[in-house]
Amino acid sequence: MTLIQDRLLSIATDPLLSFKQKSRQFALSADEQLPYLSLSDGLSTALESRVVCDMFEGHAPFKPRYVLPDYALFLKQGSCYLELPPADTLDEALTYLGILYHHVPSVTDLPVFLGHIDRLLLPYIDDVSDAQLYQKLKLFWIQLDRTLPDAFVHANIGPEDNRIARAILAIEAELKQTVPNLTFMYDPAITSDDLLRAVTDTLCQCNKPHIANNPLHEAQFTDTGFGIVSCYNALSLGGGANTLVRLNLRKVAEQSDSLEDFFAHQLPRYSDLMFELIEARTDFLHNRSGFFNSFLVSEGLIHEDRFSPMWGVFGLAQAVNHLGSLANKQGSYGNSEWHNALAPRISQALSDIVTETFVTFGYKNRALLHSQAGISTDSEETPGTRIPYGEEPDIISHVKIAASHHAYYPSGISDVLQLDQTVVDNPESVFQLCKGALQIGMREFTVNIAHQDLVRVTGFMIKRSDIEKLQAEGSRSNTAALGVEAVEKTGILNRRPRVVSDELTVSDYQ
Amino acid sequence: MNSPSAIINKILTFSAVDGPGNRLVVFFQGCNLACLNCHNPYTMGRCNDCGDCIPHCPQQALSMDDTGTVRWDADLCSQCDTCLSVCTFSASPKTLRYSVSELLDVVQDNTPFISGITLSGGEATTQLPFILAFLTALRTNPATAALSCLVDSNGLLGKTAWQQLLPLVDGVMLDIKAWHTDQHKAITGSHNHRVKASLDQLIRSKKLAELRFLLIPSVTDFDPPPDDLLLMLRGLSPETPIRINGFQHHGVVGAAAFWPPAQSDDISRFQQVLHSAGLLNVKIPVHTEKMSLPFR
Repeated sequence: MTLIQDRLLSIATDPLLSFKQKSRQFALSADEQLPYLSLSDGLSTALESRVVCDMFEGHAPFKPRYVLPDYALFLKQGSCYLELPPADTLDEALTYLGILYHHVPSVTDLPVFLGHIDRLLLPYIDDVSDAQLYQKLKLFWIQLDRTLPDAFVHANIGPEDNRIARAILAIEAELKQTVPNLTFMYDPAITSDDLLRAVTDTLCQCNKPHIANNPLHEAQFTDTGFGIVSCYNALSLGGGANTLVRLNLRKVAEQSDSLEDFFAHQLPRYSDLMFELIEARTDFLHNRSGFFNSFLVSEGLIHEDRFSPMWGVFGLAQAVNHLGSLANKQGSYGNSEWHNALAPRISQALSDIVTETFVTFGYKNRALLHSQAGISTDSEETPGTRIPYGEEPDIISHVKIAASHHAYYPSGISDVLQLDQTVVDNPESVFQLCKGALQIGMREFTVNIAHQDLVRVTGFMIKRSDIEKLQAEGSRSNTAALGVEAVEKTGILNRRPRVVSDELTVSDYQ
Repeated sequence: MNSPSAIINKILTFSAVDGPGNRLVVFFQGCNLACLNCHNPYTMGRCNDCGDCIPHCPQQALSMDDTGTVRWDADLCSQCDTCLSVCTFSASPKTLRYSVSELLDVVQDNTPFISGITLSGGEATTQLPFILAFLTALRTNPATAALSCLVDSNGLLGKTAWQQLLPLVDGVMLDIKAWHTDQHKAITGSHNHRVKASLDQLIRSKKLAELRFLLIPSVTDFDPPPDDLLLMLRGLSPETPIRINGFQHHGVVGAAAFWPPAQSDDISRFQQVLHSAGLLNVKIPVHTEKMSLPFR
């Protein structure tokens, strides 16, 4: 048998994959048989050495990476293609949304954006009691987790206080599911302290939701509105990301002779290759794939010109440390002033490049800089602009260092603030931390409290209990395997929880 | 004018366990008890500049300056704590001296993140002139005036001193190390008449923010409770915040390293005692499971 036949047979006979997971593996393998898009030699070399990475979107990109349909418009007008009238009741709205989700593609095949759930459903709940609302939303949430088994599937709530947002927070605390991923939009002008406290109370029970700074994001997407999708990507509503490519800053730094060489030559040189890859990939998607003939476009749910390429970076920590050693500087990123000051200079240089460079297919003809949260096989690079796991300073210094980058990354920059379990007894401390982080300009962040069953990987979640199960019997979750790989290769469980006092914990000796 | 300065062991900008919300905690160097079970014994003494630790530092982060004072270079330090283990005075060369305005600056840099501050130690009240000056400055500065201020204390401070301090703080978290004076002396080296007087004074002035019992099985005399302890507990208002801490070995040196750590059962039994005494607001340690994962 040929190599590819061997590979296909091993998929077909894999005892741990479900039939759907096998079908998807088959499809990915088929795509790999096509020749790669036509690229320059320089770019091909950079791709092979993975200085520039294409994020596994395939050789023939026939769908955008992330799609954010205008679900409110869909509910209001119904759909000719799907033969659905406008929604009139909560039951209709939930059912119709559940239908449309199955027609929204992404790099994973499953929708990465479920909408601003509370805003979407508010018009339909006047006659619904609190108890009914809770029960209906809970069933909806269970259905999402079981039918869209992928932790990149993402819903948004907030910043307004309403019965739906409150119900969803309570449901999250009760169900503790990995799907959907959830972001709460915080707006100091709109969100009450009481609602933020409900959010942090939920956090203390299930490490969800992620928190985003609404006014900071809104300012970036004034014409279109926005949503937070997948592993924390902020994108235009009614659009999305046509592709994501990312630059390995560690490797760029290692190609450099000096700080000057890094800024003046290597960064611009590899940035050019990033743009070349973006042009090649988006050309196929927009000009050849036919994707934009979809009913999603003809019914006005998405607009081709609202799709932007995401220009991702990762391994900033290693780049900074390498450049520090070239300059004979002691210390490391996260723990030395010199390094902590260099890091945002790199972010600013990247931002200047990306905001000044024309792309053919991008909202306002620009790509969006993104601090990429890593993939499960990054064993030598830290996600995005984060501080390496295990080397984080005290949590407040951590937040201040992280925040120094946030202005430069409009399409998302996430950080995981790892806390010790003792905070569970004092949710007010988490509330205060979140409030402070938002106040000093964090665009978004997630809090991960040690020892809970739901664990943040790069940004999506897995269940600790699933890690053990996966190896024995496989998993119905498509992301569990990515989570396990990340645990093995990227050291996510080494994140340093800020320990407060041993006397306040008790762990019995067996 | 000569304004007081403080010797500070450490400042934590995030603590969820030193009062309500997130606290900025200032650990003052020096304590007037010598608890065998102390889990940071290097905060007890104050450096006498003997210099014995200097040759032991593997990073050469310690040195003696021209004035005969031991200097610590934080940038060179790897926090290996060798200096602490060789110090014969239970002190630390890694302390910092702060003026009132320097400490106020630290607080101001962190106001977005904190609900309040907690003065701890060592024993904060052993540097009373400084904390009085600092709290007065904090209360009169518009940027920090709204922060709540708590003091973590062993209760050895005298009545007149409390009268100066209490108007400046929202409350005091008082440690009860043992109930009978002999037992207190065996554990801490001192009798506890002043602690009980402080407890009375704090209750009467409505400044008891938390009453803390550190439970050491077979060492502390809380379980079963002596009659006069029960009497005191029954006299407390039902809402009095109480915290049971469980003795663990972390950081402990000497004889106490052989004492048994508190287990969940020990905690629950004493919790039951407190509940039976009518106390409703009792916090106990968070139970952490030993991590077990299928990966190395």
